[in-house]
Amino acid sequence: MHEASGMIALPDTEKPPVLEVTGLRKHFGDQVALDGVDLKVYEGEVVAVLGPSGSGKSTLVRCIDQLESIDGGAMFLDGELLGYEQSHGHLRPLADAARKRQQRRMSMVFQQFNLFPHWTVLRNITEAPMVVHGATPAEARERAMELLRRVGLEDKANAYPRHLSGGQQQRVAIARSAAVDPRILLFDEPTSSLDPELVDEVLQTIKKLASTGRTMVVVTHELEFARNVADRCVFMAAGRVIEDRPAEDFFEDPRSERLRTFLARSSRSPREVSG
Amino acid sequence: MTNAPVVPATAAIDVATARRRIRPARIIGGTLILIVVLSVIWFLVSNERFEWDVVAEYLFNPSVLLGLGMSLVLTVVCMVLGSILGTMLAAGQLSDFWPVKAASIAFVGVFRGIPPLVQLIFWFNLAYLLPRITVGVPFGPEFFSWSTNDLITPLTAAIIGLSLHEAAYMAEIVRAGMLSVDQGQHDAASAMGFSRWHTFSRIVLPQAMRVIIPPTGSQVIALLKGTSLVSVIAMGDLLHAVQVIYNRTYEVVPMLIVAVIWYLVVVTVLTLIQRRVEQHFGRGAARDGMRRPARRAKEAN
Ligand SMILES: Nc1ncnc2c1ncn2[C@@H]1O[C@H](COP(=O)(O)OP(=O)(O)OP(=O)(O)O)[C@@H](O)[C@H]1O
Ligand SMILES: [Mg+2]
Repeated sequence: MHEASGMIALPDTEKPPVLEVTGLRKHFGDQVALDGVDLKVYEGEVVAVLGPSGSGKSTLVRCIDQLESIDGGAMFLDGELLGYEQSHGHLRPLADAARKRQQRRMSMVFQQFNLFPHWTVLRNITEAPMVVHGATPAEARERAMELLRRVGLEDKANAYPRHLSGGQQQRVAIARSAAVDPRILLFDEPTSSLDPELVDEVLQTIKKLASTGRTMVVVTHELEFARNVADRCVFMAAGRVIEDRPAEDFFEDPRSERLRTFLARSSRSPREVSG
Repeated sequence: MTNAPVVPATAAIDVATARRRIRPARIIGGTLILIVVLSVIWFLVSNERFEWDVVAEYLFNPSVLLGLGMSLVLTVVCMVLGSILGTMLAAGQLSDFWPVKAASIAFVGVFRGIPPLVQLIFWFNLAYLLPRITVGVPFGPEFFSWSTNDLITPLTAAIIGLSLHEAAYMAEIVRAGMLSVDQGQHDAASAMGFSRWHTFSRIVLPQAMRVIIPPTGSQVIALLKGTSLVSVIAMGDLLHAVQVIYNRTYEVVPMLIVAVIWYLVVVTVLTLIQRRVEQHFGRGAARDGMRRPARRAKEAN
């Protein structure tokens, strides 16, 4: 059941982690969204983040991708502090340009796809490689077509996003994120706004991507998918990490009472995801 | 209406033979409109006081055309300056740095509140308040200095007054446009690592354009007509040109008709341009989805 990530891309825990989050805190006004989150993601690892609604999963990946400011703790990408620098004897937020440089080494797939509606599928994918990463138009185009082939949409290169189904849009969004060769790919509930019959094609696409050894953090409600594709599963509740275990142990032998209830409640409405 | 006679089902019926539905309200309404249009035309044609021969004589008069040109130049210059400044003010109003935000809001509030006519007279008489304009360090040394009366001509006063007025309106229009763009677009642009400028100019503004263009079209038209205000500071615009002529000939009505014709011609052209620009920025938008399916089916045939 674990053939892809087990054989091809064994997570390398010897090397320093690609992403390290320590004691991350974030609040919105009085509302505490993250209350000291620790997380390590190693090269080639696929980490699924699960948890009840409002537990801070989206906030976590948005903080990692620097879409939200953070209120405490720290995050490191390949050992480099994210979002802050030591300057004049104090820790200070990075200048805009430096923060952008860090953001370019990560990429994110959103629940609502967030494709740029005024650009064709092709331009959605080629823009960042060309503008931000200095690829030539020919290179960017070739790479985009290759990715579109892989997500099965090469015939849609010149369509506008609104002419695609939700599942197709999300597959384009995945291709767009992969096109910049990020050190880490973040997914925030990539299938939650899709019609049930479209979920599978997107999950298959993510699974394929995972099998190529990409480092990924996937926030999801799809238990079966997490079980089949993730190397590790993280369970969050009320802004904290409650359990962080290899995928198999996570489902077979949940330690905390909360995870047991969560798994029991979630699997009462099971959805078959072909593995 | 509700109990229309039921047609029994027989094979002899074929709706292809059906006639047009009879709609009495439309017949009455259409007739009324026709009567009104005909009487307006009759009024225009039969009333000698319009003096159509005078209108024809002066329509292409060189000083009228010169005035028209001046009105157009003023409209273009003030619209360009106003749009640039207005876009900056819109960004300023949305800034998270409060001094910039407060300054932008204050600017828009003040210049939207002052009638353009008052502004024109004020700028034209600036020398009264400020006899010399100097460039230098505040309370320190001066580098350059000009007499205000040399700088403020009717033209510069008109450009300053109308541009500032326009900027305040455009700031609100652009701001509304920017707010209409989904936060997810900002997130995605930010996640891709696009610079602020790239995000603004390539992602936010093109999408905001659909909201910005229709009111901007009205703004251009309002500005074109607003240029007629500059005749109070003796600026040679279209209205001023016809005024100069009727002050000499006393043919007030036909000369005003000349001005009206030109204003309407330009406004019509502007409206056509606006439609084209709207179509251009409608790419990727769910526009054709908004039309009724029945209509689309008909057009497809
Ligand atoms: N922009 C915001 N402003 C205020 N509160 C917010 C904001 N974003 C999130 N929160 C709050 O932070 C907490 C965590 O939210 P978050 O969206 O991260 O949860 P989640 O685990 O992703 O939930 P879901 O499964 O429903 O997506 C919630 O209590 C939420 O109300
Ligand atoms: Mg969420």
